[in-house]
Amino acid sequence: MVEVAVRVGGAAGDGIASVGEIVAKSFARLGLHVFGHNAYQSVIRGGHVWFQGRASTERVYSQGDGCDVVYALNPETAEIHGPSIKQGGFLVYDPEKFTIPDDRIPVGATAIKVPTLAIARKFTSQSILQNAAGLGAASYLAGLPLETIQGALADSFGKKKGEIVEWNIGASAEGYRVAREAAGREIPAIAPAGPPKLLMTGNQAIAVGAAAAGCKFLAQYPMTPASTIMHWLAAHSREVGVVVKQAEDELAAINMAIGASFGGVRSMTATSGGGFSLMVEALGMAGMSEIPLVVVESQRSGPSTGLPTKTEQGDLNLMLGAGQGEFPRAILAPSHPVEAYRATLRAFELAEEWQTPILLASDLHLSENFATVDRGEITFPTEVSSLFTVTPNGHDYLRYAYTANGVSPRSLPGQAGLQYVSGSDEHDEKGHLISDTKSGVPLWVAERTKMMNKRMHKLDGLRGATAPPYLEGPADAELTFVTWGSTLGAVRDAVKLLAARSHVTSILVSPTVYPFHGAEFLALAAGAKKLLLVEANYSGQFGRLIRAETGFDVPHKLMKFDGEPFYPMEILQKALGVLIDGGK
Amino acid sequence: MAGSSTAAAPAGVGTLLPLVGKSDTKPTWCPGCGDYSVVAAVEMALKKLKIPSHEVVIVSGIGCSSNLPHFVNSYGFHGIHGRALPIAEGVRWANHGLTVIATGGDGDGFGIGCGHFVHAMRRNVDLTYVTMNNQIYGLTTGQASPTSMMGQKTKSTPTGVIENPIDPIALALASGATYVARGFSGDVKQMAELIQNGITHKGFAFVDTMSPCVTYNKINTFDWFRQRVYKLDAAGHDPTDIVAAWSRSLEWGDKIPTGLFYRTEKPTYEDLEEVLAAGPLARQPAGLSGRESILDEFL
Ligand SMILES: Cc1ncc(C[n+]2csc(CCOP(=O)(O)OP(=O)(O)O)c2C)c(N)n1
Ligand code: SF4
Ligand SMILES: [Mg+2]
Repeated sequence: MVEVAVRVGGAAGDGIASVGEIVAKSFARLGLHVFGHNAYQSVIRGGHVWFQGRASTERVYSQGDGCDVVYALNPETAEIHGPSIKQGGFLVYDPEKFTIPDDRIPVGATAIKVPTLAIARKFTSQSILQNAAGLGAASYLAGLPLETIQGALADSFGKKKGEIVEWNIGASAEGYRVAREAAGREIPAIAPAGPPKLLMTGNQAIAVGAAAAGCKFLAQYPMTPASTIMHWLAAHSREVGVVVKQAEDELAAINMAIGASFGGVRSMTATSGGGFSLMVEALGMAGMSEIPLVVVESQRSGPSTGLPTKTEQGDLNLMLGAGQGEFPRAILAPSHPVEAYRATLRAFELAEEWQTPILLASDLHLSENFATVDRGEITFPTEVSSLFTVTPNGHDYLRYAYTANGVSPRSLPGQAGLQYVSGSDEHDEKGHLISDTKSGVPLWVAERTKMMNKRMHKLDGLRGATAPPYLEGPADAELTFVTWGSTLGAVRDAVKLLAARSHVTSILVSPTVYPFHGAEFLALAAGAKKLLLVEANYSGQFGRLIRAETGFDVPHKLMKFDGEPFYPMEILQKALGVLIDGGK
Repeated sequence: MAGSSTAAAPAGVGTLLPLVGKSDTKPTWCPGCGDYSVVAAVEMALKKLKIPSHEVVIVSGIGCSSNLPHFVNSYGFHGIHGRALPIAEGVRWANHGLTVIATGGDGDGFGIGCGHFVHAMRRNVDLTYVTMNNQIYGLTTGQASPTSMMGQKTKSTPTGVIENPIDPIALALASGATYVARGFSGDVKQMAELIQNGITHKGFAFVDTMSPCVTYNKINTFDWFRQRVYKLDAAGHDPTDIVAAWSRSLEWGDKIPTGLFYRTEKPTYEDLEEVLAAGPLARQPAGLSGRESILDEFL
């Protein structure tokens, strides 16, 4: 088994993410499983940012613990990440930029001095070229073949050709050579482990998924960590035939998306908690007027502006409760780009089938980190069904007709003889208001109840149409993790770490957070020996939902709200504690 | 009952499609409310243009005035307070073959929705925005609105308004609207004409109608306006002259101009959005079937 992690760190503006992405991409091209972790701050220049590409011949679901190679562009990086270097690992830096006293070199690690600036000067006066030299050095130490890294490096310039690309290629070769000489031992090159894999972020998977699902309209207002959904679709707008509208604010974004959906196209908006807070009223309108809508809520650390570039799962309560009154909704919570792609497809189907808003719960950890996906894991639907499903029937068309499952035939503007008024006020089957002159009159009091029942009945349908919880791992595990969303990744890695220590654990996975599948959850939980809830927020919001829906309190809890994603080791440590500890 | 009696007519060749008219819902406005004139003018304009009712979408927010879509037999979207414009823009981009009209009140458009007002105009979205400006919050029973005049006593300003009113016409000119007009509920014919020309205008057409609230605004009444309004065209105003439009927009007091302030041609948002060149979005193919090479960039 091959398992290797490379970390590149420096200041914002140093080009860290692109170096890291090239490393991650190179691993993916070798057919390895990769998790690319992009850690940055809310500054454009300065501060401390780092990117880690972790690769393995086995599936990896998180950034993991520790790394094998650190390429430090500044002394701070050496300071912060040195302790993470594993036994036998390397610390790459340029002594022309700064020095690290021998006693500051982490125990068990070898310092590799690479004259990155000097190498860069051989080609150009632009110091950014130092990154290519450092990349080359780090790549050698990580076991990446030079051709692989150079291929990914050249491709990162896109269609650009010429001396810039050549300089980069040259500098990377120089760095590679220097590292080979300095390493003190031959690092075996990683052999291809299979066909190249796709490397994508959760947001890219969501964007591709939306286009594949037939989404034709995205309205969005920039907000980390949701913005890159808009960036991908905007860059591919013509190619995929999706209108991308940067709205004046999130109020406009969601209302535009609702208008477009009413007008006859699948549509979506995406935001983070702050923007979602602004969308709340319109979300209810989509529920009330029964308009299909997909909303991506990519959470970041709150409250308020919080930690804009750090992760959290603190918006579950908000998503569950967003909007005055009650209306049906579903919340899907993928944990990995493949799941995000599929959940996006499903969200569009559900929104249309049940004519109500569907929330896709992501977070910074899923939205912005990279993971590998087998090409075969992403298949585009062969046919996207038309929205023109209602034909005039010679009778008065009832947009909100009472039906067995609560879903009424929806006409689209432009269809003759099927006009109606879509209303945010309570209305009758025809769409006529019962809020003004009729409300409070007994006949219409009964009508209101019927209309509420009709809409809310869709929740049962949604429960049946969404994926129930399932158990990952054996039924007789010593301990069962309960988690949701992106945290599942680190839990999966923790399960492996525990297995290596002869502890058999399992995960109770809830791909659908709402409507909560209480009966299925309880059945699975009943069979578990010990249960440990893991989620990235302060109060255990998912645990509270479980309690509210089932009366069952997951006995052991691991919460985290420091802005950082879970590390498998911290989950392992907690799990070991629970295993030793008594109680269920 | 024009809507329901003809609803059975199937879409197709040789069928006379129903034109815009009244719906089977009777307006619930107070007797004498200015908004009766506005719905009449909207209907007259659309009838004149012979646009079939199913090709029209009237979008509104919340307020007395925002109930308007219910009284017309076209498609309608009675949205939430202040959001008529973004909803209307979304409808328009989903299907730019439709005639989209946004309507609402002064609170809806210039208060809670003011941000959208400015942005829709700078985008020059091809839709018509008809505001029923009664300088008061009608539906919430008479609080000050962003267009209430200085000193006006309302429920929320018992000692008089102490803020300057928004001037929607000047704001529209400043925001790049390409068709800017003012109507008055006392003159339905003029208003219908302004709306009709607004609909045929390529780009964002703004028609602010002075539509008195007979219940809660005892100052800006029909009579108050009748004593003050004069017609811009009769006064020799040149609607292609932006500077003249500016100076006319500042007139508010003893004399209040009505009619077309300004009109110009600019590319619309729909003209410039390249994806829409392939036809209305709702009729375009959707999905990525057979386009797997899109994934190559992730390799
Ligand atoms: C978000 C929100 N805030 C407040 C209200 C209450 N509200 C309903 S209509 C309205 C103002 C109506 O004034 P205007 O838009 O001028 O319409 P008019 O009734 O005068 O025609 C208000 C504040 C609401 N419906 N939604
Ligand atoms: S309250 Fe005023 S605006 Fe509302 S319907 Fe009555 S007159 Fe018209
Ligand atoms: Mg008003």
